[in-house]
Amino acid sequence: MDIGTIDQIIDNHQSEAGSLIQVLLEIQSQNNWLPKEALTRVSERLKVPMSRIRHITTFYKTFSLVPKGRHEVHVCMGTACHVRGAERVLDTVREVTGVGPGETDPELNFSVETVNCLGCCALGPVMVVDGEYHGNVETAETAEVLKKCTCSSE
Amino acid sequence: MPRMKSAAELEEFRQQILAQRDADQPCFTLCSGSACHATGCGPVAAAVEQELEKQGLTGKVRFRRTGCHGFCEQGPVAVIYPEGICYLKVKPEDVAEIITETIVNKKVVDRLLYVDPTTGEKATLENEIPFYKHQQRLILGLNLEIDPQSLEDYLAAGGYQALVKALFEMTPEQVVGEVKEAGLRGRGGAGFPSGVKWDFARNAPGEQKYVVVNCDEGDPGAYMDRSLMEGNPYAVLEGLMIGAYAIGASEGYVYIRQEYPLAVENLEVAIARAEEHGLLGQDILGSGFDFTVKVHRGAGAFICGEETSLLKSLEGMPGEPNARPPFPAIKGLWNKPTNINNVETWSNIPLIINRGAEFFNAIGTEGSKGTKIFSLVGKVNNTGLVEVPMGATLRDIIFKIGGGIPGDKAFKAVQTGGPSGGCLPADLLDTQVDFDELTRAGAMMGSGGMIVMDEDTCLVDLARYFLGFLSDESCGKCTPCREGIRQMLKILTRITNGQGKEGDIERLQDLAETTRGASLCALGKTAPNPVLSTLKHFRDEYEAHIHDQRCPSLSCKQLIAFHIDPEKCRACGACLRKCPAEAIDGGKKRIHVIDQDKCTRCGSCLDACPAAFGAVGKLSGEPVPAPVPEEQRAIG
Repeated sequence: MDIGTIDQIIDNHQSEAGSLIQVLLEIQSQNNWLPKEALTRVSERLKVPMSRIRHITTFYKTFSLVPKGRHEVHVCMGTACHVRGAERVLDTVREVTGVGPGETDPELNFSVETVNCLGCCALGPVMVVDGEYHGNVETAETAEVLKKCTCSSE
Repeated sequence: MPRMKSAAELEEFRQQILAQRDADQPCFTLCSGSACHATGCGPVAAAVEQELEKQGLTGKVRFRRTGCHGFCEQGPVAVIYPEGICYLKVKPEDVAEIITETIVNKKVVDRLLYVDPTTGEKATLENEIPFYKHQQRLILGLNLEIDPQSLEDYLAAGGYQALVKALFEMTPEQVVGEVKEAGLRGRGGAGFPSGVKWDFARNAPGEQKYVVVNCDEGDPGAYMDRSLMEGNPYAVLEGLMIGAYAIGASEGYVYIRQEYPLAVENLEVAIARAEEHGLLGQDILGSGFDFTVKVHRGAGAFICGEETSLLKSLEGMPGEPNARPPFPAIKGLWNKPTNINNVETWSNIPLIINRGAEFFNAIGTEGSKGTKIFSLVGKVNNTGLVEVPMGATLRDIIFKIGGGIPGDKAFKAVQTGGPSGGCLPADLLDTQVDFDELTRAGAMMGSGGMIVMDEDTCLVDLARYFLGFLSDESCGKCTPCREGIRQMLKILTRITNGQGKEGDIERLQDLAETTRGASLCALGKTAPNPVLSTLKHFRDEYEAHIHDQRCPSLSCKQLIAFHIDPEKCRACGACLRKCPAEAIDGGKKRIHVIDQDKCTRCGSCLDACPAAFGAVGKLSGEPVPAPVPEEQRAIG
């Protein structure tokens, strides 16, 4: 991610220290993760010490300090999904992708995350793959969706 | 349209909009909330636009994409006006038929109607569907009339009349008085009287004051705030402005979850449109009242729903709570007096100002007034958002509106109040739903999540699930919360793994008391609730796990085994093909057998086994029968 883009984001927020979280969110959403150089730039421009940026980026769940895989899998672990078998969906995701929540495989194929609630409780269990929602997923269907991703990226 | 400079100009603009609209004009309304997006409203919308153009009806038939209607399980939901005919699970290929038959020929498309699963009867109109019939949708109902990005729609539905009334006919004191008299209590969880809270902020010394919308709806299983923000952001903004006027604030913030992209988008559009029209900014409608709003997206932390943490986060800091007092009303955002209310609370304000306190406090119970939106989810037939007057019973909500439990399963418990709420068993189903009654029963209102569980849900596992959630979300600032939750979670995990010990229940109770008594904020103080309420009503389940290594609900993975009944197996091969662990041995006309050592207990075989055979079953607390000897496995 180039410095110009980062500066642009910071300028959009009038370089206010209070907008630190909003600036980081935008970098994260454009770049998928927060590289060290980006954090250094934010620290300089907003005059916020690196220690606080580290505190923020590890406190809030959205931020990632490592690169993400090509396919992002989010498994909803909200209560409604839990009682309808989210645990089983997650197990299948783990088996097919080989990685658990918060991890990315070495080939950067998949990043798996659990989320607390996507607010689609009526459709649980819900899994989101690359922004596409899959409601009422069963074990076999979960595996199929993920296998399609591996095929398409090869 | 330039900025409107007076109430008269606003009224004139409204009349212009209404004059252009014909109540009898056909309108194709398509629910486009997040859940309907997940079920595919996007392609349906494209099909509607294409078909209207093809039939030369663009402009003659209105097409409105609205926020959430509530009946999410049956999405995408379409309602055809002026008749109000409701079609469910609409697919792109149904669109041409709906337009030709219903809109042009005025005939009902029978196959898309709601069918009552118990009686088999069909319902044509939306308000004939039992799910809707027993609701009172004062707040959520507006979602159907409005395209959330259209200021014109909101004005046509009577929007901003409450703001005009407050600004021009009422003093700030009168506004606060009206909200107090209405008896509105905060919908975010604690149920504190909103008018009293406003009064604190109003009377606090200081020039600069803030108002904040809490849309950090973190409770898993609750999504009413998302639906209100997505479906009718103008109402939230109008409520916020009225509050700001009453308190004396000129700046507002909306703290909204990043996980709700559509809500963020609709809100941002609404703010921009309101600014263009002079409904935000300096000297609003010539009243002298200035007000601006900023949007702050949350970065994923449950604790930020707690008000002092939310304020920290707004300041660009980690969301860690502060001890109260001082309350935010005295020392809030940047140490200035701040009033924070939840989305649903703000949405109620225009209604109270428009219809008056007496209208509002006539609805509900002695201590809880108005309506409340619940998200009725889990093991219930009709899942979705439900708005009922306070005081409705759990039984009415779950069985009359929700249509009961799917399949032939029995109701076991309902969990209300989010992670720190409680579970209520069948004998408390007649509890009236209001702030005080739920607390008395050992649960709480919370933000309105209502998760129904049937006999297959293990409540020890549910307590473990909630403690796992809270342990993850505890910010770690104070020790009782951080450590207390973790130790409770350890014990619960052990119990659900079949390694429970004598004395575990007492240890849990002990830890629960300490965590409740000594934690800094509401997260820790209420964290033991899932443990305490399940122990109170379902102690026998804990005992079965600990003493007999048995999960009565056949749910805890470490305590169950899958088994194929040799008498029932027809060797169809369905389970064998689906098993991801290759743990099933079988073949043509050979009874299938599960290798217990290879089995990962994923349950695929149970899903796969045809209902007519029902050969796969679960066992717990008893030995798995030995596999059938090889020579007896042939099926004749």
